[in-house]
Amino acid sequence: MNTNPTEVRHHILSVLVENKPGVLARVSGLFARRAFNIYSLAVAPTNDPSVSRISIVVDVESAPLEQITKQLDKLINVLLIEELAPSAAVQRELLIATVVVTTSGHQAFRDTLGTFSAKLLDENADSFIVSLEDTPERLDVFAAFLGSHHLVALERTGRVALPRLS
Amino acid sequence: MKTNGGAALIKSLELEGVEVIFGLPGGAILPVYDPIIDSPIRHILVRHEQGAGHMAEGYAHATGRPGVAMVTSGPAATNIVTPLADAYMDSVPLVVITGQVGTAGIGTDAFQEVDTVGMTRSITKHNELVTRAEDIPRVIREAFHIATTGRPGPVLVDIPKDIVDPTNPNSAMDWYWPDSVDLPGYNPQMDGDPALIEAAARLILASERPVLYAGGGILKARAAEALTALAELLDIPVVTTLMGRGGIPDDHPLCLGMPGMHGNYTAVMSMQESDLLIALGSRFDDRVTGKLAEFAPHAKIIHVDIDPAELGKVRRPDVGITGDCRLVIEELINALNILGVDSQPDRSSWRSTLSGWQEKYPLKYAQSETGELLKPQFVLEQLRDNTPDDCIVASGVGQHQMWTAQYWKFNHPYTWINSGGLGTMGFAVPAAIGAKVGRPDRMVWAVDGDGCFQMTAQELVTAASERIPVKIAILNNAYLGMVRQWQEMFYEERYSEVYLSPDLPDYKMWAEAMGCVGMRVESPEDVLPAIQRANEIDDRPVVIDFRTDAREKVFPMVPAGKSNSDIVVGE
Repeated sequence: MNTNPTEVRHHILSVLVENKPGVLARVSGLFARRAFNIYSLAVAPTNDPSVSRISIVVDVESAPLEQITKQLDKLINVLLIEELAPSAAVQRELLIATVVVTTSGHQAFRDTLGTFSAKLLDENADSFIVSLEDTPERLDVFAAFLGSHHLVALERTGRVALPRLS
Repeated sequence: MKTNGGAALIKSLELEGVEVIFGLPGGAILPVYDPIIDSPIRHILVRHEQGAGHMAEGYAHATGRPGVAMVTSGPAATNIVTPLADAYMDSVPLVVITGQVGTAGIGTDAFQEVDTVGMTRSITKHNELVTRAEDIPRVIREAFHIATTGRPGPVLVDIPKDIVDPTNPNSAMDWYWPDSVDLPGYNPQMDGDPALIEAAARLILASERPVLYAGGGILKARAAEALTALAELLDIPVVTTLMGRGGIPDDHPLCLGMPGMHGNYTAVMSMQESDLLIALGSRFDDRVTGKLAEFAPHAKIIHVDIDPAELGKVRRPDVGITGDCRLVIEELINALNILGVDSQPDRSSWRSTLSGWQEKYPLKYAQSETGELLKPQFVLEQLRDNTPDDCIVASGVGQHQMWTAQYWKFNHPYTWINSGGLGTMGFAVPAAIGAKVGRPDRMVWAVDGDGCFQMTAQELVTAASERIPVKIAILNNAYLGMVRQWQEMFYEERYSEVYLSPDLPDYKMWAEAMGCVGMRVESPEDVLPAIQRANEIDDRPVVIDFRTDAREKVFPMVPAGKSNSDIVVGE
């Protein structure tokens, strides 16, 4: 599982699109044909069900990003694009994981979950399903902690972000 | 009013003012072909779907109105992919309607099914799979709006069979016609920013060696007259790119002709030595810039384009203006008049530099010796000088295309039709047919290569049966000539897979078999009589097989990857 630390070259594009079939393919296709890797992508309808927000984290230099932003803007179904500098955005991500912990370590594991404000979603005699919603950087730290145990599965949602108020 | 999707589709096309559809029916699109019988829209039955797409392009180039093509699903859709890509690269307004398998069959590998919208997503301005009959009028209205506004381009509408088949309940709908289009994500910016226009005007008025760099966007914006007015107001020379030829008349004293890989010396070097390039509807294509790092090294850039993504894509402008070329030029003329054009620097030394180059480096070729094959440039000069000034000329792609762009005198806009961006061999014959359908009042010639002609010649059957009297001049040098030229110059004359034979096929017999008049010309004195005879034939297509000298190369030439300053004028 990829738990690389969040890199500084990451750019966040927050794209409002019409909630229609094929729109995600149009957007992701623009990145694919230029061989830009999408680091993470989160998409869901907004409070207006006819509009979805796509939060795309890409790892590119700023010059090609300007060109791809302009190309994105040409898509008929794209309504608005904001490029969010990580420092100017509130970012959140959700991580869930299944971990096997030796019986002797159960109490320490529960205590550490508490320090992260992580949640315990499910458990049996030796396994736990835990979740944490936080900044991507905190999730990186949490993932490293989980990795010190027997990590069975880990999944992250990709970032969602909104511009800061000031 | 109760109707069905198929009838609504044809009705929608009628309301969009469509006068002609280029197409070919098949299984999935069958129900739409029934109401065509009762429609005033003319349908032209092509022999291959690629022909339908290029005809629609030729029609659009010649008329400025959107070309419409309609074909069935699967292989018909794949056959029209090339014209879609061609129209996308050259910003040609097209609406292409493809049939699709019924909605229940989509995704099941049904007979003649392909993922048409998936396949064409990156080569259309927009495309849409319609899944409900009641969406058809709205989607057609939007398709024409998108294709023809902003930066024009092809729009594909994919229509499953069940929603247009009156025997299927899925096709039932109430007729309506939308008053307007509602596309919140699509707002092309037409007017230029006044502050940027004033900044551009000030740069122009301070420039000592300015050049207007006019591209295909001038013609798409119907801005030819505005361009000429701007050039005359400022007394600034103009280069017209391959797609912009005719944007200012070639016989205008300010017109320097075509720049680029096979541009003339003066046009190429004027850009290299310029201190200000005023790019109007042009996109700094690699065929124009040569080695980018050494392109126009001293020039500041004003770049005007309807598509903001073009500004800074290749060369960062000093002033970048998003807007319609015609409107921006008119606004620029106003701004210049307010600032006063009398204060421009003395440009007499720039003018004398340019006229010196024109005198020293004209286009040139050696006439053929007795017994030699025809010189292609000679054939083109004869054709140019013995056709009406407003004759429409279409070409394929290769040497014949470059010679036509060089030697023809485009004294009227919208008379030059070719495949610039995609470089589609076989474009000429169907594009000429489409142009003649759109402009039956004009004489239409196609200048084609023998390699190109073999790719789409079957559409002359379409032209013969529809009585579309286009004229085709094949510059038959028995080779894939441009590839041969590169192999001669850059591969040590190692000719690999470029020989085609001058008489296999026999072009005269082939033309006659397709219902055309066929001629063959082998000596210079027969060139003019053949052209004159062809000009007089107005009831069927004509094909002339001109036997030309394969040793002729297109010059000047900027070798690929080299700086424009390394231009090779000739041997």
